[in-house]
Amino acid sequence: MIHGPRRGANSAPSQRALADTRAPDEGDGVDTSPSISDSIAKTTCYMCACRCGIDVHIKDGKVRYINGNKDHPVNRGVICGKGSSGIMQHYSPARLKKPLLRTGPRGSGEFREIEWEEAFAIATERLSAIRRTDPKKLAFFTGRDQSQSLTGWWASQFGTPNFAAHGGFCSVNMAAGGLYSIGGSFWEFGEPDWDNTKYFMLFGVAEDHDSNPIKIGLGKLKARGAKVVSINPCRTGYNAIADDWIGIRPGTDGLFVFALIHELLKAGRVDLDYLLRYTNAHVLVVQEPDASDDGLFVRDVDGNPLAWDRVAKTSVQATDPEAKPALTGSFEVGGRRCVTVFQLIADRYLDDSYAPDAVAERCGIAADTIRRIAAELAHVAFEQTIELPIAWTDWAGRRHETIKGRPVSMHAMRGISAHSNGFHTCRAIHLLQVLLGTVDVPGGFRFKPPYPRSAPPGPKPAGKNAKPMTPLDGMPLGFVCGPDDLLVDGAGTPLRIDKAYSWDAPLAAHGLMHTVIRNAWAGDPYPIDTLMMYMSNMAWNSSMNTVETITMLTDHDEAGNYKIPFIIYSDAYYSETVPFADLVLPDTTYLERHDCISLLDRPISHADGPGDAIRHPVVEPDRDVRPFQSVLIELGARLGLPGFINDDGSAKYADYADYIVNHERTLGIGPLAGWRGKDGTLIGKGEVNPDQLQRYIDNGGFWHHDFAEDQRYYKMANRSYLEFAEQMGFIPKAEPIVFQLYSEPLQRFRLAARGHGRVMPPESERQRIETYMDPLPFWYVPFEEAVVDLEKYPLHALTQRPMHMYHSWGSQNAWLRQITSQNRLFVHHRTAAGLGLVDDDWVWIESINGRVKGQIKLIDGVNESTVWTWNAIGKRRGSWGLRDDAAESNRGFLLNHIIGDQTSADAQARRYSNSDPVTGQAAWFDLRVRIVKCADDEAGFTEPQFERFHEPPHFESSPDILRYGAEFRVKREAAE
Amino acid sequence: MHPAFSVVFFTTATGAGYGLLALLGVLGGFQIIPADFWLGLIGIGLALGLIAAGLLSSTGHLSRPERAWRAFSQWRSSWLSREGVASVATFIPAGLFGIGWVLLGKTGGWVSAAGLLAAVGAIVTVYTTGMIYASLKPIAQWHSRFTLPAYLIFSAMTGGVLLNALCQGFAIGSKMLLAACVLLTVLGWGWKLATWLHNDRLEIPTTANTATGLAGGTVRSLEWPHTEENYLLKEMGFRIARKHSARLRQITQALAFALPVLLLAATFALPWPFAAVPSVLAAIVQFAGMLVERWLFFAEAKHTVTLYYGR
Amino acid sequence: MTCLPSQTDKKLGLVIDLDTCVGCQACVTACKEWNTGGHMAPLTDIDPYGGHVDGVWFNRVHSYEHTTEAGGRTVNFPRSCLHCETPACVTVCPTGASYKRASDGIVLIDESKCIGCKLCSWACPYGAREFDSDVGVMKKCTLCVDRIYNDNLAEEDRVPACVAACPTSARHFGDLGDPHSAVSQLVAERGGVDLMPELGYRPTNKYLPPRAHTQRAASVPAKALEPVRAEGGFLGWVDRMLSN
Repeated sequence: MIHGPRRGANSAPSQRALADTRAPDEGDGVDTSPSISDSIAKTTCYMCACRCGIDVHIKDGKVRYINGNKDHPVNRGVICGKGSSGIMQHYSPARLKKPLLRTGPRGSGEFREIEWEEAFAIATERLSAIRRTDPKKLAFFTGRDQSQSLTGWWASQFGTPNFAAHGGFCSVNMAAGGLYSIGGSFWEFGEPDWDNTKYFMLFGVAEDHDSNPIKIGLGKLKARGAKVVSINPCRTGYNAIADDWIGIRPGTDGLFVFALIHELLKAGRVDLDYLLRYTNAHVLVVQEPDASDDGLFVRDVDGNPLAWDRVAKTSVQATDPEAKPALTGSFEVGGRRCVTVFQLIADRYLDDSYAPDAVAERCGIAADTIRRIAAELAHVAFEQTIELPIAWTDWAGRRHETIKGRPVSMHAMRGISAHSNGFHTCRAIHLLQVLLGTVDVPGGFRFKPPYPRSAPPGPKPAGKNAKPMTPLDGMPLGFVCGPDDLLVDGAGTPLRIDKAYSWDAPLAAHGLMHTVIRNAWAGDPYPIDTLMMYMSNMAWNSSMNTVETITMLTDHDEAGNYKIPFIIYSDAYYSETVPFADLVLPDTTYLERHDCISLLDRPISHADGPGDAIRHPVVEPDRDVRPFQSVLIELGARLGLPGFINDDGSAKYADYADYIVNHERTLGIGPLAGWRGKDGTLIGKGEVNPDQLQRYIDNGGFWHHDFAEDQRYYKMANRSYLEFAEQMGFIPKAEPIVFQLYSEPLQRFRLAARGHGRVMPPESERQRIETYMDPLPFWYVPFEEAVVDLEKYPLHALTQRPMHMYHSWGSQNAWLRQITSQNRLFVHHRTAAGLGLVDDDWVWIESINGRVKGQIKLIDGVNESTVWTWNAIGKRRGSWGLRDDAAESNRGFLLNHIIGDQTSADAQARRYSNSDPVTGQAAWFDLRVRIVKCADDEAGFTEPQFERFHEPPHFESSPDILRYGAEFRVKREAAE
Repeated sequence: MHPAFSVVFFTTATGAGYGLLALLGVLGGFQIIPADFWLGLIGIGLALGLIAAGLLSSTGHLSRPERAWRAFSQWRSSWLSREGVASVATFIPAGLFGIGWVLLGKTGGWVSAAGLLAAVGAIVTVYTTGMIYASLKPIAQWHSRFTLPAYLIFSAMTGGVLLNALCQGFAIGSKMLLAACVLLTVLGWGWKLATWLHNDRLEIPTTANTATGLAGGTVRSLEWPHTEENYLLKEMGFRIARKHSARLRQITQALAFALPVLLLAATFALPWPFAAVPSVLAAIVQFAGMLVERWLFFAEAKHTVTLYYGR
Repeated sequence: MTCLPSQTDKKLGLVIDLDTCVGCQACVTACKEWNTGGHMAPLTDIDPYGGHVDGVWFNRVHSYEHTTEAGGRTVNFPRSCLHCETPACVTVCPTGASYKRASDGIVLIDESKCIGCKLCSWACPYGAREFDSDVGVMKKCTLCVDRIYNDNLAEEDRVPACVAACPTSARHFGDLGDPHSAVSQLVAERGGVDLMPELGYRPTNKYLPPRAHTQRAASVPAKALEPVRAEGGFLGWVDRMLSN
């Protein structure tokens, strides 16, 4: 249920209006009922990736006030620190005003203003030439894009495989780890059952995604007295309110989880029934070391995985509802030796190397604490079971009178993802959830539609046969199931500029935006012509190794040409990346545009039902700017991309709004799922409804469908839900989704490394593939930790964005920057004392990649071997409309400068991207540092410093004083 | 607390001015000192001049001085308002007293009554000034039994030393007055020393624990709500290093008390006109010393809001 | 009129739950955006894009580390006007600009009377008053007096902006003078406290301290796990379980 008896999240009796809200007769002349707005526009926030519903109050053509939409399934009326600061974002002096063409050297910030027509002409000419010759010479990477179903499709129509958004350096480990295991993951894919869970485990920094829903959820847990356990080196934010804070050493979460699994297995506290029904625990795995199918499932002639019926003593289809499958043991089927998946799990995790005592020191957690947490998990899962009195029917037609639940839930995000061992750690967390039987059950973790999908889901990445003037045969991003799906040539060379879906990062489901600049600069695997980017600060806080990245963006070849020949960039603000573009396409703010938050893309569904949303212009731009999506659509038409033109060559869509309503990806399925069909009565599939956007606007900017009671849990096997999902086009067929505790796709890569199959890794990559493509999750030392001298670099260094800025587009925001405009390096008291440091000292933070200077702040609530700071506070002088004396560019610092974008050279002098070897997720949190007090004359200012950017023509200088809102009062009082 | 010069000067100048006025009013009113024209003109002029300059300086502290008239309205609850009323009201008898003494050349009769009333007004005004600070609970160094007497003593002291300087200058000095000034200065010195001793040993019940409601143990500020200094920190978060504070206390003692005592003592031994020199010097040095004292009065005062900032 | 009402009909105020506040700053900016166009508009920001930025805010969130023998905890701490029952910030005001409403107990400033002497901010132990140097007057939290009775808002929205915004439901609003009100009951139930009670300002707003069991992990009465007792260890146990 989205709503209780009252609207909104804050509707407890202690949060309501007074019983009598008539103004008392105070006689003090206070106007207690001023008029607030002339109109209220309901749209979707874009201050971060959370996509809450907002009510924008417009007064005299200006934004008076923004509050949360009480009906919206994401935020239910609440609004975060960022959302309420949207006014300052919208009226920022750093907004770009007109298209810009570079006149000075790249990186100088010297531009001239041009008309849109000229901008289109330049881009069209350049891109046409690329498309006619070699479309992959366009690399199109879109950062914090919320329109990937459009941008990805555009890339596909253009014919370049070189497309991705920012997921590769954000949280692809979490997404891929989940999608390959349970067909869903956290955040957009699922959420804890906040109303029923009794024990909530939060791993790592999680203030990043699903900001308001998690906060609403935590509030519910606190109100009910449910236990919150946080596993995080830092005791800030959500961890501050945890009942139990476990200050783990970074990068060891996997070990900790395995120790919990070890304890649970040893004590027999796992849900065997759940495993048999919903997972591949009983599936038989071939155990013949030299065979080409070793480690793959034993299948029947139709390809169905088999299990062993312990009663009939014969193999059966694993999904046979009548079977009595064995969970353990070794068998012979058709002359092949095989064991169950669960046997492999037991063998691995019951090993003493995963016992609490064995991992305690490494994790920095007492063995007794690990045992206690395991006991608590078991107690809540098995002694505090929930039963909802709702009958449901599973996929096989078995009716269940109640919905049973084990009220343990978990959440993890960036903190787990951003390590080079993150993929397997994410899998480990899902394994733990599944062993406890807590996935999509009351009180557990719940999927948000369109998830669950098969693990892994549907389409494979396209781009094997990129050809001039030809669209790709699918979308650039997808899910590989084995080496055959990789985008590599016969020699194993990557086909994509970012090396996604290559042996470097086989499961790179979100691409590797963080490798593009280096690879394009090095011409590895090939040179490109144009790098087109949107909304991602790659010359600053979105790149690792910023200093070298800047050099690569400005580097010339021997002929004096830029090594990356042409850069097109779209941004709404004068960010640090804009000065590196040759052509700048100024975007609008989020209040000036159309957008769709689509089920085809990154949906905003709720576990109780699917939903999507729109943005629509609520104020008119006062500058010569255009929404990037409309620009892209026009560019598509000018280039003559199929899909963007009619048969007569005319533009198919007038703009993004037109596209949102009229585009159909497949028959009857378009960007928006609500009010489809001619009369707007259909959901999911249906004809185009020309009135669709208005229906969204009328409904508050979003569409949400509430599930029937019996569709809400066990979605992986719930007949009623699965049928609905098929009908909506979420899944191809109403078949059960089986959790892949053992991942066959990973094993296929291992087999290739052993010399089996059609597509094999080059000799040099075989050991790496063999090691990391383990079909069962395992733990290994994060890469940087494994190679650096730990005595020389004794500390882990982490970053997190403060909650009031996470995923927010820039801190030039006049209000938010007041809260944090200088970041400190937080150091544990004892660690500092050991280094002779005191509060407020200035220190050099040194890694193998360089050094950066900042000021420390002593703290107790942090793992002693860890230092951390707020990320992306440091800004470059000349950007974001900030004054030269702003703390951001003088005292704030960017840890990115010292995070390598590549691993150290291995024995064969090979350097990989500093990423997870499975997914290519950027390993931000692997960083090791030492801190050294700086000399007295070095204190007080950060280094490295960079040359100040010029500002673009007609850039308005930032005001000395801001009196936002004064005009409303003046008018109000004048009217009285 | 931020030692704003306008307030430092205001309290010091009006303190001395009201002290001088009160003494002139009483001593003149009871004809203990002669109705010397020059003493009257310069003495009352100086007293009212110091008061006026102080009040003017204090309005400089106001952001909306054009509304200052409103400050006379809330005398029922506000010591600041009472100060305003008292200070202005005092001008009436003080003015009459001045007219009588200087223009009419008499200090008896109604002029005497006006002088006595002016003295009462002056004392009341200094009392209200003292109470403004003494009543502020968030500042433990001010909210103490030492504050109000300090204002009264310092007012009498600086006023007395000024009067002595004038009398010595106009050759009508008296050993009695001189002795009283030495005694007042020693009393002021002792009171200041006692105040500092008290403040240094102050155990303030308000702590970061009570400020946050977090009982027991230690409460340590981790992050401020804002990076840069805000109004609260600029106005109330002023910090002075212990070293500076010790040095300024020494300077205060030297200028406000020790040197004036020595100079006044020297006056005993010197005949007119030479006696005038140390007496005038004593007044000037003491006034300078009291400015330092008053600066420290603010700088060393710690407002409870600083607890929220870990200061 | 800076004399205090002998009593107020209601004691409207906030209850802030330190056990639940995650320090997200939502209440801080929601307050800022409402009030910068509201009753005391604007909440001026000086040098908004520079190195000495200094704005007027009615609500600010600190963070602390509270360390006791039982362990340590990070506490996020929102700080705003507590609408005291005996607010010296009102009685010290020489002009009558500061006043406490007799009807609902809200402490307000009538800007048109403020001379900017700042004495009220000295008298407030909590740092609730913020000076707008641009306008030259003191400003402060109004408890959203222009929301809670506002006929132009839907009835359900007539709560302070900070309460409406708070994503974790850590903020509550109501009449703390009525012992039967939901907020009063919440305070009683959770042992809500006054800030600096020793100063005698009698704040209306209450703070709910972090729950005592925090860091003690006492809330789950779990028995230690024992290895399964079955022939063949864990695998034997699995077999036996499946055969049952």
